[in-house]
Amino acid sequence: MSGKRVLIVDDEPNIVLSLEFLMKKAGFEVEVARNGREALAALDRDPPDLLLLDVMMPEIDGFEVCERIRARPEWRRTRIVMLTARGRESERERGLALGADAYVTKPFSTRELVDKVRGMLEGEG
Amino acid sequence: MIAVSVGVATAILYLALLFALASWGDRQADRGQSVIDHPLIYTLSLAVYFTAWTFFGSVGLAQGAGIAFLPIYLGPTIVALLFPVLLARMLRIARAYGITSIADFIAARYGKSSLLGGLVTSVAMIGIVPYVSLQLKAVASSVDALFGPSVSHTLAGWGPDTALLVTLLLALFSILFGTRHIDATEHHQGMVLAIAFESVVKLATFLAVGAFVTWGLYDGIGDLVVRLEAIGRTELLTFAGTGMTYLDWFAHTLLAALAFVALPRQFQVAVIENVDPDHVRTASWLFPLYTLVINVFVLPVAIAGVLSGVSGDMTMVRLPLAEGFPLIAFLAFVGGLSAATAMVIVETIAISTMISNDLVMPVLLRIERLRLARRPDLTGLVLAIRRLSIFGILLAGYAFFHLVAEQFQLVSIGLISFAAVAQFAPLILFALYWREASRAGAVAGLLAGFAIWLYTLVVPAFALAGWLDPQILEAGPFDIALLRPQALFGLEGLAPVTHAVLWSLGTNLVVFVTVSLLSRRSDLERLQGMLYVDVDQAERSTRLWRGETRVAALKELLVRFLGQEATAALFAREERRRGHRLEAGDRADAELVQLAERQLARAIGAASARIVVGSVVRGEVIGPDALLEILDETSQAIEASQRLEQKSRELERLAAELREANERLRQLDQLKDDFIATVSHELRTPLTAIRSFSEILLDNPDLPQEERQRFVEIIVHETERLTRLIDDVLDLSRIESGRMEWQVTECDLRAIVEDAIRRCEGLFREHGIEVTADFGVSRAPVRCDRDRIVQVLLNLFSNAAKFVPAGQGRIHIELRNLGTDYLVRVEDNGPGVPKEMREAIFEKFRQVTSALTDKPRGSGLGLAICREIVQHFRGRIWCEESRLGGAAICFTLLQAAAAAEAEPRRRVA
Repeated sequence: MSGKRVLIVDDEPNIVLSLEFLMKKAGFEVEVARNGREALAALDRDPPDLLLLDVMMPEIDGFEVCERIRARPEWRRTRIVMLTARGRESERERGLALGADAYVTKPFSTRELVDKVRGMLEGEG
Repeated sequence: MIAVSVGVATAILYLALLFALASWGDRQADRGQSVIDHPLIYTLSLAVYFTAWTFFGSVGLAQGAGIAFLPIYLGPTIVALLFPVLLARMLRIARAYGITSIADFIAARYGKSSLLGGLVTSVAMIGIVPYVSLQLKAVASSVDALFGPSVSHTLAGWGPDTALLVTLLLALFSILFGTRHIDATEHHQGMVLAIAFESVVKLATFLAVGAFVTWGLYDGIGDLVVRLEAIGRTELLTFAGTGMTYLDWFAHTLLAALAFVALPRQFQVAVIENVDPDHVRTASWLFPLYTLVINVFVLPVAIAGVLSGVSGDMTMVRLPLAEGFPLIAFLAFVGGLSAATAMVIVETIAISTMISNDLVMPVLLRIERLRLARRPDLTGLVLAIRRLSIFGILLAGYAFFHLVAEQFQLVSIGLISFAAVAQFAPLILFALYWREASRAGAVAGLLAGFAIWLYTLVVPAFALAGWLDPQILEAGPFDIALLRPQALFGLEGLAPVTHAVLWSLGTNLVVFVTVSLLSRRSDLERLQGMLYVDVDQAERSTRLWRGETRVAALKELLVRFLGQEATAALFAREERRRGHRLEAGDRADAELVQLAERQLARAIGAASARIVVGSVVRGEVIGPDALLEILDETSQAIEASQRLEQKSRELERLAAELREANERLRQLDQLKDDFIATVSHELRTPLTAIRSFSEILLDNPDLPQEERQRFVEIIVHETERLTRLIDDVLDLSRIESGRMEWQVTECDLRAIVEDAIRRCEGLFREHGIEVTADFGVSRAPVRCDRDRIVQVLLNLFSNAAKFVPAGQGRIHIELRNLGTDYLVRVEDNGPGVPKEMREAIFEKFRQVTSALTDKPRGSGLGLAICREIVQHFRGRIWCEESRLGGAAICFTLLQAAAAAEAEPRRRVA
């Protein structure tokens, strides 16, 4: 499992903190971005294996980040899990249509989230 | 001697000829070919002025008083010379505003007053009776003169007398003639043609008889004069021989001049029946010429009569008869008949139209029980009224003839009528030239003049005829000498007509002017006054309206009166014609304005159309009441369709309101949805942290104590955040729904600010913020809910504390007296609020966020709540630049004294 890198993108410090804890505990390398711009910068430097991407962020929101990533072939392999506090079905569909691999509604079960991330990264081998 | 049967047959044949001529003229007009569109015919139709009075009466008068008959023709001659000014203006007005009679002309000018219309009609109706009786008397006398006692004898066998027969025949003829059409606004082209023809007949016969008498019976005018000298009657050729004073002369001339304008039949032919205003210029000289020619033989025939011992009104018939020339006498009879029928026809048509339009129909329509307004077709009723009117006028004329007129000369009877209709003259002239003339003045003046006419002319006539005690003339009623009808208030030594003219017209004028000056005019009166007096400008002004209105406004106006479909069709046609679309926002050019006006005129009449269009084009020329009244005018049909329009407008308005309400609801629903979604997001965010850390703690019992401690603290912190959010949402919803319980007391704003600062001391110290305060007042009494204002201040302080740079934060608080308000200002040295965000930050969930700052911790509702609270106490809250470089949030509160003044009741409740 080692060597897999997860980029956490969220503007809520406490949620970032909990996600960081969970991902590290699951054995992934963790990087943090506080907003969409930082996230894209981090991808430019070194694309992670998976993104935990919050939707509601100022300026560049999660949907846009997702769209921009999917527009770049070299980032094709990066998995995207969208996290959102807005539970509408239409938004879920929008996220998946934009190329997200999973869509998780806040508040989420930590075990399920970790299982989902693990499953996605292990499937890749 | 001519056989009666031949005479009657010829008369009937002559009338049939007139009838045929009129029918032909009407048929031509229906085909769009005007047979009267010629200045000569127009002038000849004006010659309807010359009646049996002229034909028989002038000669009768001249035999006793020489040239005394002249003033009656001098007056109209003067007026004719003034035609290009006076008549031209009346024509413009009548055309522009769809005038149908003299009653209509006067009533419309004085605020579309149906009272005045009815009054004018009544005066005309009563005043004209003597005039009609004059014609009956003349025709009956000529019949008797022509056929001698044998006719009377024959007729006696049938029962009725000659005058009644003549009356019935003329009534029948006028009814057949005048009430075939109902439409008063259309030209009676056939009638005008027939009248013009009659003018030719009476002129030709008069000239023929006159020439025959002068050159046939005598050796020309010189011979007549010589013979007159021989019998010592040359005074007939002099002014002195008239037995009239200059004042009498003036009074008769004035009377005739006024009557020439104000007689209903003259108004009918001169104004209503005019097809081309240019004809007026010809008539202006041709009419005086006709007057001169038809009067040429008056004196010769009169002198011949005197010489031959034939006298009286029937000299024209009797003289040739006495000399053994029955055919010439018959010619004179036909001329007189022609003059009389022309007068009776036009006069009765004019007055019967007035009676139905201005007197009877308005009353009948007002009687709800008759439900006339709802009948689809009133033609039958209107025709019946007109026919009955004609019949009634002629019968009244017959009655007057029998009761009074038999003993009078034709001319004196005619003058009574002239004096009655002359009462209209001030109303007409002021209508044209004096804007301030008011309805009240017109009514009062007309009533006063008419009353004096009755008293000074009709009462004496009845007294002389023996129907009233003749003593009234000698001693006055109840022996009050001052009230003698022919010497009112001691004005003695005047001829009766002169006396009556001076008194009635003088009183009319004085009362009219005085009341006009004293009375207030309604909007409509002022407007109509403007339209009449400034008719020239009104006609020009359409062109000036260009470019001052939008296509959409005109369209809307047309839809209101013509309906959606007709308007759309009209615009489509116009767009096709122009080859481009007329956009709603375009300026309407003059052409379009005129098009709109023309279309409207078809529906609501020219005057109304001009006004309505003018009101749209020039902003408001008149108030809506006046507009409504204008629309309420002439026909009930308009009113009915107006009611329909109103209904449909109401429906449209309701539908629009419904749509609007629906839209508002939809927007509110959208806002509510957004709010709930946002609240849901704001609730889920702290919940996410709480759940995550709780599960982390649960799943990792072996965490180091330190880390456990930190996670639990986060949980507590996020729980607090959650609670605050819920509190804020509830607060806001309570305030917005009006369920907030405000504890309003009088308190000191300075104390409140100090209290709030104290409560935040810990927070400020924690963030190392330097706080300064500047109180411009020692006490600041306000009426408000203390706790809520504290809440506002705490919110502003914590906001400021959140944004100031860590360790170097500065907050400055200020309190100022603004006169009626106190101002509180909270400034910081944070990043400030960009200009475009300064309004938005007071909206729900609109926090200032930027890449430079962390997401501020707060519900996003704080400032929204602050605004609600401040506004509840009628204060203002806003954001501006701070002198410290950051943001300054300011709010005002009404001072207690000002609040007490502004709204004392609200606090009691």
